[in-house]
Amino acid sequence: MEYQVKNISRDNFEQCIKCTICTVYCPVLSVNPLYPGPKQAGPDGERYRLKAPEFYDKALKMCLNCKRCEVACPSGVRIGDIIQNARIRYDRHPVSLRDRMLASTDEMGSLATKMAPVVNTMLRLKPVKAAMHLALGIDSHRTFPAYASRTFEAWMKSDAPDQTRFSRQISYFHGCYVNYNNPALGRDFVTLMNAIGYGVRLLDRERCCGVAKIANRLISQARRDADKNLGAIRAAVADGRPVLGTSSTCIFTMRDEYPHILGLDNADVRDSILLATRFIHQLVDAGNIRLVFRNDWKKRVAYHVPCHMQRMGWAVHSLELLKMIPGLELIPIEPGCCGISGTYGFKKENYSTSQAVGAELFDSIRSAGVDVVATDCETCKWQIEMSAGVPVANPVSILAEALDIEATRRANNL
Amino acid sequence: MKYDSIIIGGGLSGLTAGIRLASAGKKVAIITSGQSALHFSSGSMSLLNRIGRQIVDDPLTAVSDLPDGHPYHKIGVGNIQDLAAEAAMLLRHSGLNVEGSPSAHRFCLTPFGLWEPAWLTVKGIASCPDPKKCPWKKAAIVNFKGYLDFHPAYLADGLAKAGIDSEIHEIELPRLASLRKSCSEMRAASIARLLEGSAINDLAAAILRIKADADVILLPAVIGLRSDAAADLLASLVDTPVRYVPVIPMSVTGVRAEFLLRRRFESLGGTYCLGDSVSRGNFENGRLTSVFTANLGDTPLEADEFILATGSFFSQGLVAKPDAIVEPVFGLDVMQTPVRTERYSLDFFAPQPYMRFGVVTDSDLCVSRNGVTVPNLRAIGSILSGADSLHEGSGAGIALLSAIAAARKIQFA
Repeated sequence: MEYQVKNISRDNFEQCIKCTICTVYCPVLSVNPLYPGPKQAGPDGERYRLKAPEFYDKALKMCLNCKRCEVACPSGVRIGDIIQNARIRYDRHPVSLRDRMLASTDEMGSLATKMAPVVNTMLRLKPVKAAMHLALGIDSHRTFPAYASRTFEAWMKSDAPDQTRFSRQISYFHGCYVNYNNPALGRDFVTLMNAIGYGVRLLDRERCCGVAKIANRLISQARRDADKNLGAIRAAVADGRPVLGTSSTCIFTMRDEYPHILGLDNADVRDSILLATRFIHQLVDAGNIRLVFRNDWKKRVAYHVPCHMQRMGWAVHSLELLKMIPGLELIPIEPGCCGISGTYGFKKENYSTSQAVGAELFDSIRSAGVDVVATDCETCKWQIEMSAGVPVANPVSILAEALDIEATRRANNL
Repeated sequence: MKYDSIIIGGGLSGLTAGIRLASAGKKVAIITSGQSALHFSSGSMSLLNRIGRQIVDDPLTAVSDLPDGHPYHKIGVGNIQDLAAEAAMLLRHSGLNVEGSPSAHRFCLTPFGLWEPAWLTVKGIASCPDPKKCPWKKAAIVNFKGYLDFHPAYLADGLAKAGIDSEIHEIELPRLASLRKSCSEMRAASIARLLEGSAINDLAAAILRIKADADVILLPAVIGLRSDAAADLLASLVDTPVRYVPVIPMSVTGVRAEFLLRRRFESLGGTYCLGDSVSRGNFENGRLTSVFTANLGDTPLEADEFILATGSFFSQGLVAKPDAIVEPVFGLDVMQTPVRTERYSLDFFAPQPYMRFGVVTDSDLCVSRNGVTVPNLRAIGSILSGADSLHEGSGAGIALLSAIAAARKIQFA
């Protein structure tokens, strides 16, 4: 009896009852039967790997780490975590130069922003793409997101409106994408937060959340960055500032991958690491703030639930906020993975799987006839813009664009 | 966040209650931890097949003979016919084409070639009103090369016992060749994903090439993850009637049923939170006022009325602890035998006492906690006590009818 009570298995793997529901919802398996599928790659394979590491199957690298298997599992098995942990523990192949480059979003970003016009032009040239395809294995079909010539952090430090005048403060985890590629999203976030009476602060020396390093098995680097981020987050939380992000994947990584994959205990601050839409929606829902929207803003919008957003279960927050915009017509689309999964879709060996996974979603978006697709993940944005040819925006940008800033400030007594 | 009703559990029962309430204009959320047991559905749903070892003739009259405390008594045996009619209608409005009547069984072909009674069968599933007057004299059983979850020889044996001759064929479709690269992943759902659109023309051509001397073609039920379109197309291309036999799960028919019901619920404005689980509830003056979930953390989900549709042991609506069977979300009162050795019978095939365990409810399906009824928390589906759905063949019936009964009580309260 005592044994039963104390028998808790890592990632809940012993809770698997072999029902195979996960196999129906694995985006990779649905397009590539060579992938062993979540049940076999996850809890089934784990039983063997625990006996001998030689049972490790290199096909596990085909996992997108989308966690849709975990969402589907009726028994609470962390199937995706079992697979990622197995890759980290048992895959002994050295990490390639290409994977190191793709995973080093921070390092590459700080180099590229210094020479953004040159880098952006280069990355669009066919010969450059062909060379990267051949020499590095970065698929030539891919369009790299353009680098900004000035980082978001630089803007915050010198050009942002004074943030200290607000009595309420939050810290912003902007992520690599906002910092190096899309500072406009960061500025939209500042606009929105200021309009509801919150000042925005940066974290002390934010690092990449580590999602790409985890996916590419650069675990010691990921853990080093994560440690520094957790230190900065703890300092902010101790000062009374929750930490908000606009990227569902960054937030998911810091909340769940830090403890489950990197083995870092974040229990003391996990509840203070939040997606911006969740934070704002909670305030609106509790009646603490009001949002007032423009009457002249009208758009047809579809909302795409990123996989990690689905895993966090927070799509309801972004959706409820979007539904508050009077001029926004919400068009339903098929739910599903877009296929890019961060750096996965950039690798030439994954390109066809990546596009096949997203095909149903792209068709659904194209036939929806929308002005813009809203989604909380930047890599979903790149994939959908490239593959469905429809502009994509973060819900925060849509909210900031539709907001009547002055009326909102007045409604919140600012 | 505030709703009129919150349903915990998104299987057949929870979705049915959700659709019923959302149709009545209520603001409803369903919170469900993972996909449901619908994925194991044979494509047939039973109201009441057996009492003891006896197959009942007319489920509508036989329900009166069920023991006291059975969920059908709770919802009122006099209401069963009306509730059953509404349930069938609700499924059809959701796009799940079912046929059958509550007062006379249809008989469905099992993978072993036996005829099992059912109330509703999904269109296309091999079934007939009376196996003794089966319209088929000879069947052609057709399987796909490399597909291991369908067993034509068993099926042929069973059919032979019922006096139906059969021939077994195996067809090879180039489209499915990729699946055969991994024998363990050639599953029903993977095949169904490939058998869409023009692949159905290839399938029809392969069936026609057999030149089967039969009056029915029996295929494994591996077509139509989202709709009947592929089966309709096949029916239009093959003169001989094509019928589908259930296979080892995941059931394509069940995946389709859950997809259609969820889509119906969401199209009525319902909020469906997949992959989340309710961790606790907040009670005030004996009423449940809000629940908290793993994903939404400290955000309370408030509602006037709550429905518990978390299922039985499989979906952890009930959890067997060493010393007791518990309802893990709210710690509700559970009907059970106090002595551990009396929970089960050592005869594996005998009715198992633990199958009748479930939460205690009053005549309004309201649950109780520490002996006190919670007036705004109702239980529906297989978490209800008093039924051995496995032996009775009553699981789907209880799920559907208790869901509609609870939704009516909420709507007209």
